[in-house]
Amino acid sequence: MIDNKGISIWFFIGVLLLIYGIIITIANIFETFFNSFGRNVVLRNLDFGLWWGILLIILGIVYSVGFRPWKNK
Amino acid sequence: MIYNFGLQISMLLFGTNSIVSLDWVDSLIIAVYFVFVLGIGYYLLRFTKTGDDFFLAGRKMTSWIAGLSFVAANLGSLELMGWAASAYQYGILATHWYWIGAIPAMLFLGLIMMPFYYISKTHSVPGYLKLRFGQGASMLSAVSFGLMTVFMSGINMYAMALVMKVVLGWDINFSIWVSSVTVMVYVVLGGLLSAIFNEVLQFMLIWLGALVIPIVGLVETGGWSGMVARIHQNFPTGNYTHLWSNLGSFNDNPMGIHWTGIVFGLGLIISFGYWTTDFLVVQRVLSAKDLRSAKMAPIIGAGFKMMVPLIVILPGLLGLAVIPGLVGEQQAVATGAHSYNEVLPLMLARYAGPGLLGLGVTALIAGFMSGMAGNVSAFATVWTYDIYRPLHVSLAKKEESDAYYVKIGRWCTIIGVIVSIGTAYLVQQFASIMDYVQALFSFFIAPLFGTVILGMLWKRTTAAGGFWGLFAGIFSSVSMWLWVKVDPAALKIIALSQNAKGMAEDMYRALWSWIICVSVTVIVSYFTKPKPEAELVGLVRGCTAIPSEGDLPFYKRPVFWGSVIFVIFIALNIIFW
Repeated sequence: MIDNKGISIWFFIGVLLLIYGIIITIANIFETFFNSFGRNVVLRNLDFGLWWGILLIILGIVYSVGFRPWKNK
Repeated sequence: MIYNFGLQISMLLFGTNSIVSLDWVDSLIIAVYFVFVLGIGYYLLRFTKTGDDFFLAGRKMTSWIAGLSFVAANLGSLELMGWAASAYQYGILATHWYWIGAIPAMLFLGLIMMPFYYISKTHSVPGYLKLRFGQGASMLSAVSFGLMTVFMSGINMYAMALVMKVVLGWDINFSIWVSSVTVMVYVVLGGLLSAIFNEVLQFMLIWLGALVIPIVGLVETGGWSGMVARIHQNFPTGNYTHLWSNLGSFNDNPMGIHWTGIVFGLGLIISFGYWTTDFLVVQRVLSAKDLRSAKMAPIIGAGFKMMVPLIVILPGLLGLAVIPGLVGEQQAVATGAHSYNEVLPLMLARYAGPGLLGLGVTALIAGFMSGMAGNVSAFATVWTYDIYRPLHVSLAKKEESDAYYVKIGRWCTIIGVIVSIGTAYLVQQFASIMDYVQALFSFFIAPLFGTVILGMLWKRTTAAGGFWGLFAGIFSSVSMWLWVKVDPAALKIIALSQNAKGMAEDMYRALWSWIICVSVTVIVSYFTKPKPEAELVGLVRGCTAIPSEGDLPFYKRPVFWGSVIFVIFIALNIIFW
């Protein structure tokens, strides 16, 4: 953080995680339902990628909203 | 020509003949990462005006940011890959480098040493030595640190590029130039502030990218007990899951090490030397906004460091359970089998679906870049303030403005990256240089810890004692190393056993060189005149008033959190005994 006059690092992290979460969730929806990428990973039936993508979206929202730069204005 | 260029880029990004191949979605994840780190560097340019801003991030960091950056600067990608491979090779013994080899030293830095670094207002460890012992010890430490830092950065860069070639099929030149130029741009723009911000971001990515392996791996093996059962089934004669019970003899464990080497060599000397005097990591803590934050930062760092085995050691152990049969590098080259050095990417390929693979590879790249940014920002500070400035002032007979030194710092960053790239290509031509530079780096750590700790805790230590102790420690370390090179039988004297492996030899050499440094410092100090106590205020215990924390509630005191971390550290060692 930069003395309240700049954007918090946690906001940057939140936005990045949100972007990653959206990309990974969409890719894994296509993988789960259409086998678009044809990845033959172990325990594929757990749809781990999909859950991880959703987790990143939640973390991304928490950080980017919680540390939004316009909050204190 | 355009077609060839496009094809080349495509081959670079999507890889051929590699352990894993990336889809477009994985490449997109990596591309977004590069855009972000460069964007952060550009954004922070506006906050980097003064020397304090550029070299010490304005001394405005919270304890969390300084603490995470403190750990991230050390968490390079080779660390991730290398220790996962060590865990496959040696089992849980590799965890010692994260627990006894880090936690006590980090707590000691936060609770005992940090007040003196912080109150003295020094900008670097050689800067502290200058205040305490004068120019001689400071220059010896600054020159050795500056040179070794950029050389190590180059070696790590080459090793990283080699990893990317093996794992992803990326061209070595592509990996070297893209990653190093990116680091150079964001550190030149935002200095330490940019390096720290990116390190915190990279730390998060490393965890989120690497955690996939232990989570899915433990599901596959049926939890910890299932994993241990599979390891015993795969390796009935091996002892891979105990931390201490097989360290009673050099011959009882695959590392060829005795518990005295781990406790005294690693736990007391090497780790204290690295975590309390290596400026690369100490610089992160010096950026804290106040003394309490500076004391808390290493304690927070210690908490996270203690958890790193989850994403580094556990994948190696899971590898022993689910992909037995990985072999040593030479055998892998001869037979075409996979080497245990590749265990982390192999596990990543085993579990990571689309996007997650990109996130895992981003974690490796982020690890490398955070380590390199740590190296170049520390190099720029030491070179500018501890080498260039005193030489310039003595030659030009005048002091320059703050803005002038910021400019020099930016140039030093560029030069540091260029020298690192040059070292990477040199290592590519002459691989043995890598061993020599790594050995060279190890020569300085233990003696420097001896000099700094005596300087901080014993007011009788004199400038001559500090200089000659440091010199004798370094000289003896080099001599012992040469002695074993020339006469391998000397290993029995240096490392107490002819069966000692390289790591064990390093630890005992560190221990002896520290003892020699401390002995010479004490003897010379008794024969020379100490500084008056008035000149030691802010530098030495007993001459410095440390601000009281009595007005803080117990849960805000660094000593409380340090004690909590230490109790957890002891408990973990007992659980995995």
